[in-house]
Amino acid sequence: MSLPLLEVRDLVVEFATRRGTVHAVGGASFELEEGESLGLAGESGCGKTTTALSLMRLLPQNGRIVSGSIRFQGRDLATAAEASLRRVRWRQISIVFQGAMNSLNPVHRIGKQIMEPILQHEHVEPKEARARATELLELVGLPARRIDEFPHEFSGGMRQRVMIAMALACRPKLVIADEPVTALDVMIQAQILDLLERLQRELGLSMIFISHDLSVLAETCDHVAIMYAGKMMELGRTVDVFTDPKHPYTQGLVGAFPDVRGPRVMPASIPGLVPSLISPPSGCVFHPRCKFAFDRCARAEPALSEISGDRRTACFLYPEVTEVPQRPLEATTP
Amino acid sequence: MATIDVARRRAPASLLAASLAVTARRLGEVWAEIRRSPTALVGLGILIFFVAIALFAPLLAHYPPLARVSESCNPICPGSPPSSQFPLGTSSRNADIYSEVIWGTQISLFVGILSAIVASVVGTTVGLISGFAGGWIDEVVMRFNDIVLSIPWLVLMIIVAALIGTIDVAGLILVIGLTGWSLTARVIRAQVLSVKERMFVERARMIGSSNLHLLWRHIFPNAFPLIFANTILTVAVSILSESVLAFLGLSTPDHVSWGKIISEAYENHAILNGNALWIVVPGLCIVVLVFGFYLFGYALDEILNPRLRRR
Repeated sequence: MSLPLLEVRDLVVEFATRRGTVHAVGGASFELEEGESLGLAGESGCGKTTTALSLMRLLPQNGRIVSGSIRFQGRDLATAAEASLRRVRWRQISIVFQGAMNSLNPVHRIGKQIMEPILQHEHVEPKEARARATELLELVGLPARRIDEFPHEFSGGMRQRVMIAMALACRPKLVIADEPVTALDVMIQAQILDLLERLQRELGLSMIFISHDLSVLAETCDHVAIMYAGKMMELGRTVDVFTDPKHPYTQGLVGAFPDVRGPRVMPASIPGLVPSLISPPSGCVFHPRCKFAFDRCARAEPALSEISGDRRTACFLYPEVTEVPQRPLEATTP
Repeated sequence: MATIDVARRRAPASLLAASLAVTARRLGEVWAEIRRSPTALVGLGILIFFVAIALFAPLLAHYPPLARVSESCNPICPGSPPSSQFPLGTSSRNADIYSEVIWGTQISLFVGILSAIVASVVGTTVGLISGFAGGWIDEVVMRFNDIVLSIPWLVLMIIVAALIGTIDVAGLILVIGLTGWSLTARVIRAQVLSVKERMFVERARMIGSSNLHLLWRHIFPNAFPLIFANTILTVAVSILSESVLAFLGLSTPDHVSWGKIISEAYENHAILNGNALWIVVPGLCIVVLVFGFYLFGYALDEILNPRLRRR
């Protein structure tokens, strides 16, 4: 087996805030093969977007990658110099941003905005960039004649198509779609997801989908990773994870989604609240809310371990799961 | 090859046509809004009235600027009340006051507009840099701005005017412009702070745009409507400043301005001498023109500034 396109190992990301250090991502590990798609699922604030932004080292000023590696085509982006990152950003890895409605500058024509990454990263004439922008519009299913219109002349779904065109502008290998359909209505969601799937197939893209909506991920991803409070709880093939969830959190998450075909029952919710990421609970971050928790869960942190082929989970309910070697926590100011 | 050539030649032309069409449509939208706003229409009407006077001054004025009606009583004349020959009477310099008011329109508008542009350019630059850079740069610039704001502007203008010494029109414009940018800087900084938090700026940053590119291409255009409306409001302030400076004797010796006419009238006890119009007419001109700029500026602010738009 050849090297995966992307291999993330024990990624730890922290934010320095006035109230203390936020442990936003605590040891994320996953890999992505060329042409594959991976879903990152979890509640808001569980570290999905932070994980994705870390891949391009685009964290806000107060965020930093503490440890771990991000191997992209064999090169570690976590430690790479800023100059070499610039060659990777957009040309190799790009993002479809969260919230298409606000990600376009209202005063510029959309063609100009699609050309922006091309002109920024490649030495091409504006005329050629414009020709590429035209092609890109057609690729994402927008009429090329609308290239000189302003964002407000487009509907939400069309603007999301523009954002996708922008992400594809420099022909990347990996596209990160951060909540690509969240603000859209269901019909448009389906169209955008179809488009993303088609593009992935036709262009041989690898994709990382970020969504809190499991149905979106079920439809689009080969693999999913379930995140909770900055930790990866479970990782596996989408079908397996959703039909036979192993981790109690995944079970709760899957159970919380109403089933259209099933009997009319209120979807179950998980009691309790997401813990503070400044002072996360000891042991397994999920143990205060877990109905299966036993004393070991509060004392030790379960490692993300393989429990069967292609299936990993971080829960002591499964005998193969070991403990994470404890990293000494830095002294946090009270 | 031939087809490529045709395509190459047509592309820029159609691009130009398209952008012209878009610009025209946007201007059309703004014009439609102006027509629906009585405030804007009244303001615009006043502005057009005075601009017309300034442009056609050579036709409207009976005498050239600074000219005396006759040399009979050099250097100090008694002045004369309004008559059919001199609609507003003559001054103590023996000049036709009506002609002076007409010529004064030119200098008031010219100085007012140009110094507002100076103030806006300085204020916008300071505001953009301060708001965008943030951190200690913002802190230093804004504290400096506070100092400038807390110095009484009139005193500051007199000091600057005195430092420059004999003042010409360019000097006058610089004095008024360089003392009037503080508020503009505050307003623009506030707008930059809000625009820079918007998603598209973050997106552009992630694409890999430089700070200069972000500031110039993404933030400035979004602050521009505010800058524009603010400039028009600054014109009003500048016209007032010019009048005050002229009234205090800090003005150019070789131009007539409304403030200077009022100053002369005041020195020669115009009202006691039975020529109230000498002081009232240029005074009204200042008030009405400033009022016109305020009306139009506020209306434009409302039209161009999306946050104030009522829908």
